[in-house]
Amino acid sequence: MNVRKIVVCVKAVPDPKRASEIRIDPRTKTLTRADVPLVINQLDRHAMEAALKLAGEVGAEVTAISMGPPPAAAVLKECLAMGAGRAVLLSDRSFAGADAYATAYTLAKGIEVDGMPDLVVCGMSSSDGSTEWVAPELSVFLDCPVVTGVIGLEATGNAGLKVSARLDNGYRVVKVNGGPVVLAVTRELNTPRNISFSGIIKARKKEVAIWNLERLGIAAAAVGQDGSPTIISGMRVAESTRKVQMIEGTREAKAEELVRLLAAAGVL
Amino acid sequence: MAREIGPVWVFVEQCGGNVLPVSYELVGKGRELADELGTSLEAVLLGDSVTGLAGELFRGGVDRLYVGDDVLLKYYQPEMYVPMIVDLARERKPEIFLVGSTACGKELAPLVAARLKTGISAHCIDLALDGNRLLEQIIPAYGGLISIVCPEMRPQMATIAKGVFALPGPAGRHGTGELVELAVPQAEPMKTELLEVVYEEAAGLTLDSAATIVAGGAGAKDAAGWRMVEVLADELGAALGATRPPVDEGWIELDRMIGQSGKMVTPDFYIGVGLSGELQHMVGIVGAKLMVAINNDPKAPVFDQVDYGLVDDCQEFLPVLIAKIRQFKQGKTAA
Ligand SMILES: Cc1cc2nc3c(=O)[nH]c(=O)nc-3n(C[C@H](O)[C@H](O)[C@H](O)COP(=O)(O)OP(=O)(O)OC[C@H]3O[C@@H](n4cnc5c(N)ncnc54)[C@H](O)[C@@H]3O)c2cc1C
Repeated sequence: MNVRKIVVCVKAVPDPKRASEIRIDPRTKTLTRADVPLVINQLDRHAMEAALKLAGEVGAEVTAISMGPPPAAAVLKECLAMGAGRAVLLSDRSFAGADAYATAYTLAKGIEVDGMPDLVVCGMSSSDGSTEWVAPELSVFLDCPVVTGVIGLEATGNAGLKVSARLDNGYRVVKVNGGPVVLAVTRELNTPRNISFSGIIKARKKEVAIWNLERLGIAAAAVGQDGSPTIISGMRVAESTRKVQMIEGTREAKAEELVRLLAAAGVL
Repeated sequence: MAREIGPVWVFVEQCGGNVLPVSYELVGKGRELADELGTSLEAVLLGDSVTGLAGELFRGGVDRLYVGDDVLLKYYQPEMYVPMIVDLARERKPEIFLVGSTACGKELAPLVAARLKTGISAHCIDLALDGNRLLEQIIPAYGGLISIVCPEMRPQMATIAKGVFALPGPAGRHGTGELVELAVPQAEPMKTELLEVVYEEAAGLTLDSAATIVAGGAGAKDAAGWRMVEVLADELGAALGATRPPVDEGWIELDRMIGQSGKMVTPDFYIGVGLSGELQHMVGIVGAKLMVAINNDPKAPVFDQVDYGLVDDCQEFLPVLIAKIRQFKQGKTAA
């Protein structure tokens, strides 16, 4: 298996440190708007690292691709600065409101238009949606195999790729005999490289290509909310059944009270 | 026009010839949904020498069990499992299809869903039928609960973690069911080859059956702060758990995360340290008997969701608490 072309799927997500600013309004049952900045999904940095490392070993080209609103281009710039050769943003009003299925479909079309790669690397999940569905669904649309939960990746020359992947109580080792293949990687796989100054300079000279619906040559009914089999049918505020009792006093007194509770419950 | 309602389906996952607890739990829930819809409950079981598991599944409420029993099916391999399930689903047209949120389940379920061009929701914490008899798939988000439905496409698919639903009662609805053997496709050359499956012993006290759990959050601040949370757990003989930020920071492994996309646990005593009470974490621990939270922000939402609250900086408080615990234990041995 010759790996010449690698595509990395990345997502711009609301900064997880501030994601809790987006809330359900208890009165209107809609989402409160908050200006939370978009950042690269953490696991996608691990996906980038996996691609760049392998590309360095086998001499492949790395393209970063994302579906998102125009500001998501900043995240792709970051991928260029990390070392991606090219970056493509799939952006169109009609893509909005996509569930994992429509997202995977749109990404697959973008990847096809760009020319089938030998390897597609995704982060296992995104911090905002966290479904873990995009990589497997993408593999269905690309009609190729997938391995999720990747913790180890090794190119074995003509023999293909050797991939280790997490199971609940251990791991499995899978040999990929031929591309293309989609891999969904975990943080266990590697430590993402930092962006170097020269990387930033190089990225500055590169453009993020922006492709819309027309460029992908697909129907509006197949993307975004219209192309999504699932919809959000309701929102409500959760109510707790517990009533809190505060433990107060000096630090010492609070610690003693907690020890008493632990002893009374038989923990100590 | 009344549409004929297809069966409710459950994917039964086995490991080493044993049905996983989550699959039994889904059989229990699947039975309830099937009764409410007035349809049957069917299950799909793939493995090697697994036909003997049928009796227990029938007792749990399965009306009809499809079994693929072959050495080729011993381990989950998507290129073997997925086409078998997809072909059968095309024939049987299930209304609902439930899959456990395991490593295999989370890979298999979206592969099946996308091939059937249907939707799927992840990590549901509850399932119900809505006014239109659609499967309402409930997940925590944005500080509340959102319902997801899949109005047009079938089956309506969802993955659910172990511990969300109870095991079916000892006397399931039916004593017997129908067993249907599935033809196993010829082994074709596959694009991926399973070389090896390695099982590992979990290190430390596991969360699953722990009576006491200490869970830490982003408030631990750094690796040194996290170490104190670990020491607290050790002193109490408690299993250590976490919210997502400590996992992202690399202080602890993902399998220690409690919550919607992690473990669902039910200890007798829970102490949450430096965590905000975000619902995605709290849904994993709602079943705890007694809950204590330590947080330096008196307005932290966690204080609305526990039995005892303690406002303090955990960096300062934990060393004092740990010293008091040691003192107490010494006093006990001395006495
Ligand atoms: C789809 C999806 C699924 C998710 N699944 C899960 C899941 O399964 N499990 C999970 O845990 N999360 C999950 N999350 C993430 C979740 O939304 C929250 O981001 C996370 O639970 C917050 O963790 P935290 O409470 O530790 O951090 P924060 O929300 O940042 O809270 C930190 C808390 O620590 C307190 N604090 C700070 N300093 C100190 C100090 N010195 N002493 C004491 N207290 C201090 C602060 O007051 C604050 O309340 C999921 C998110 C999404 C979008």
